[in-house]
Amino acid sequence: MLRGYAVLYLIFLYAPIALLPIFAFNDGSIIAFPLQGFTTRWFSELWTNSALHNAVQNSLFIAVMTAVFATLLGICAARAGAMASFPGKQGILGFVMLPLVLPEIIVAVSLLIVLRQVLGLQLSNWSVIAAHVLICTPFSIAILNGAFQNLDPAMEEAAMDLGESRWSAFRLITLPLVMPGIVSSLLISFTISLDEFIIAFFLTGTNPTMPVYIWGLLRFPGQLPVVMALGTILVALSIILLTIAEYYRRRGLARAGVADTGGFL
Amino acid sequence: MAIGTWLTTERGRAATLVVPPFVYALLLLAIPVGAVILFSFWTQDFMTVDRTFTLDNYREIATTPVYGLLLRRSLFVSGTVTIVTVLLAYPIAYFVSFHVPAHRKSLWLFLITIPFWTSYLIRVFLWKVILGYNGVINSGLQGLGIIDEPLTFILYNVNAVIITLAHAFAPFAILPIFVALEKIDRSLLEASQDLGETRLTTFLRVTLPLSMPGLVAAVLIVFIPTIGDYVTPELMGGAGGKLIANMIQTQFLQLNNAPLGAALALVAMVSVTAISLVFILLNRRWLRGR
Repeated sequence: MLRGYAVLYLIFLYAPIALLPIFAFNDGSIIAFPLQGFTTRWFSELWTNSALHNAVQNSLFIAVMTAVFATLLGICAARAGAMASFPGKQGILGFVMLPLVLPEIIVAVSLLIVLRQVLGLQLSNWSVIAAHVLICTPFSIAILNGAFQNLDPAMEEAAMDLGESRWSAFRLITLPLVMPGIVSSLLISFTISLDEFIIAFFLTGTNPTMPVYIWGLLRFPGQLPVVMALGTILVALSIILLTIAEYYRRRGLARAGVADTGGFL
Repeated sequence: MAIGTWLTTERGRAATLVVPPFVYALLLLAIPVGAVILFSFWTQDFMTVDRTFTLDNYREIATTPVYGLLLRRSLFVSGTVTIVTVLLAYPIAYFVSFHVPAHRKSLWLFLITIPFWTSYLIRVFLWKVILGYNGVINSGLQGLGIIDEPLTFILYNVNAVIITLAHAFAPFAILPIFVALEKIDRSLLEASQDLGETRLTTFLRVTLPLSMPGLVAAVLIVFIPTIGDYVTPELMGGAGGKLIANMIQTQFLQLNNAPLGAALALVAMVSVTAISLVFILLNRRWLRGR
């Protein structure tokens, strides 16, 4: 019985996504049943849409920068988390994880006030990057905690006893061992940033990000099939990225010699 | 302490490493939230911000019925979404933890989390396609002859918002409950049954209490962020389904009244935090020692 419920639940989870390719290839400009026939013209429209190309380029730039900075901050926090405790450490690490449970609109509103009203800056891709790094860092820490906490500190000590400096011991011993976690963190941060809308809508400059552009399209019924085609590509891309991330996360756990017990969080 | 000796101790190195993420969160979270608090006590004077301290924004929120209405509706929607999501999620977490063989568990979790990582906007929009007048459910039911007229109670109202949000936050609820269930020592369940408890009473008296920390975490991780979502009510809610987040967004981006928007954001934030704290307090006996 429980198994049947689980299958029903998965159908509920996947129902909206399953509709995407159906309407992306449907030869009708209204997103409704009955279906009209097969076409690929919505996909070819994507290739000729230069506004979309600009939005995708912006989003890719933002997502790559976010992934790099969030993972760097994540490495610092996760490594500190696995090291000796000092007064206030739990509080500080808890504070850094806070954006995970904060409503995104609070992050958006507070950064908008600081950037526009207090500092008087123009919004740009960098304002979106700054906010995305803030919300991606907790995810990065959660992933990297798994990698760092399973390390045996004796290995780095052994390398230092054998004459390596602290930095080269880290680079030669620890870094390769946590590398799968780092790759996984980069991919997850990239995926979150690429898809994030609530904050980007507040902080985007004159060039919209891809979700902000999609938001604009959703108001025009004629554009909806194109959105379906774009969505199909995005879903396929996310699934590929996540599968790679999951592969690296598991490889990391295998390298650290621990049993796999859970998912990303 | 000199920097040289500071870095030779592991504590010192750990403290140094924690500086970059801490300073980043301080600069981009703590200080901006401080600015929001400050702004909520100022007022918008056409194009400029009047920086005299005043409670006008809060007075306006308290006396204008629409803000109270939106806030109550938002809290109702967040609360309902939380209950629905957690109730639907618990059996799944239980199933994966207790009935799926160990080597298949991460595959199940992976399957559960994938829909959550795919384009949020498009996922919300697709619920419109499912629930709409000539959407999947209505045309399906009409095709089968079960209904003659399209069902109207599932689009452009609060129900549609609740269904869509319950879908969007499903993995958030499943994962913490799953983690709590995984930590339960299985021999306790055997002991309980050896001592004469049935499977049901074992669940109620052993499994459920031990999984309470996960349940509480799931409730908080769904309840708090849902208050800040303006996409779902905008697309699904119609005129009668708008929430407080839509009003905050309107104040900031359309009405250009940042101080009032800041005050609304704070009122919403303080309300959810207060409810969350009461909830934690009510459940503190289950959380002790963790």
